[in-house]
Amino acid sequence: MPHDPAAFRLDGNALAGPLAPVFALDPTTALRVCPACRMQATVGELHVYGPEPGLTARCPGCSQLALRAVQQPGHLWLQLGTGQGAFRFTLPAAGG
Amino acid sequence: MPSPPSGASAWRTARLLSREPQISTGRTLRFTVPDWPGHLAGQHVDVRLTADDGYQAVRSYSLAAPAEGDTVELGVQAAPDGEVSPYLADVLPIGAEVEIQGPLGGWFIWTPRDAGPLLLFAGGCGIVPLMAMLRARRAAGSAEPCTLLYSARSPDEVWYARELADPGPAEEIRLIYTRQAPPGDPRTTGRVGAQDLAGLPEPGSARCYVCGPTGFVEHVADLLQTAGHPRELIRTERFG
Ligand SMILES: Cc1cc2nc3c(=O)[nH]c(=O)nc-3n(C[C@H](O)[C@H](O)[C@H](O)COP(=O)(O)OP(=O)(O)OC[C@H]3O[C@@H](n4cnc5c(N)ncnc54)[C@H](O)[C@@H]3O)c2cc1C
Ligand SMILES: [Zn+2]
Repeated sequence: MPHDPAAFRLDGNALAGPLAPVFALDPTTALRVCPACRMQATVGELHVYGPEPGLTARCPGCSQLALRAVQQPGHLWLQLGTGQGAFRFTLPAAGG
Repeated sequence: MPSPPSGASAWRTARLLSREPQISTGRTLRFTVPDWPGHLAGQHVDVRLTADDGYQAVRSYSLAAPAEGDTVELGVQAAPDGEVSPYLADVLPIGAEVEIQGPLGGWFIWTPRDAGPLLLFAGGCGIVPLMAMLRARRAAGSAEPCTLLYSARSPDEVWYARELADPGPAEEIRLIYTRQAPPGDPRTTGRVGAQDLAGLPEPGSARCYVCGPTGFVEHVADLLQTAGHPRELIRTERFG
């Protein structure tokens, strides 16, 4: 089972915690219209794979990459959409 | 529905208050979290453990009940050879501290203001956030019909058995046994099928919530869509 990637698939609800430090509103209710297949889905409905090498969220209709979040000690890298480039957020010090 | 403010990014210290067995591998854990802001049924927390050498592990656990002041209730099932869940379920000492981030998630939630019949589909420990919905519904005295379909391997794998044996008004509990049923159960054991959905409220009126292992969630979401329930009214939470 663990070797079947679909068996480890989560959904976007699991992104609520990792993305919480960089959003003022809960990100899982945000709506996305897929540029590839036009399907509308909230972030909570995206299909999420991971956690290594990062949490990858894909369109539930056509699997197009919607966002990628990579956690490092002290940092969160966030890539939105399929484009190249990611934003690096510095997280508040642990315990703070 | 407006997005709930996140405001949930802080890690708070949570102290283990009590541990109570539910099934052979499942425990109810209560934690005291100072200044807990309250939460909605269906939300979860992320629990972070830090080892002496600084190594950290984070896992998500659903909130099983409305908060009671600063006390929150989780339901943790020990996964075979899992890194975190067997530790939380059976090893973490009473009085010990972990860190908790939350409440998290505004999508897989239900509030008593949500009109329409409620359909809850639980597989295994996927019952945890759905129990929070059932409890919130009972506390609010909701008159909307509610059906819980709960798939469990056998009678001794049923969480919250005593509470579920006493359904509230307009509430129906259907237990679906996959491996071993109690004597006299007219249903043949096996996974949820289309016939188990007979007699449910009309597709289009009912809000459906499905939670459990990924395979269970995908199977039930497919059954519901085949039965005519629109995708917009089906919300899922995959536990992995
Ligand atoms: C939003 C959300 C809410 C959740 N709510 C709950 C809840 O209320 N209650 C609950 O009990 N769980 C819940 N979960 C699941 C929980 O977060 C954990 O995934 C679960 O407890 C397992 O964690 P673990 O560290 O014990 O296991 P892990 O160490 O993460 O491993 C998971 C399983 O995979 C197996 N495994 C891992 N790696 C390998 C490998 N390389 N080869 C073979 N096998 C492998 C392990 O043996 C284990 O059985 C939720 C998940 C999400 C996303
Ligand atoms: Zn798409």
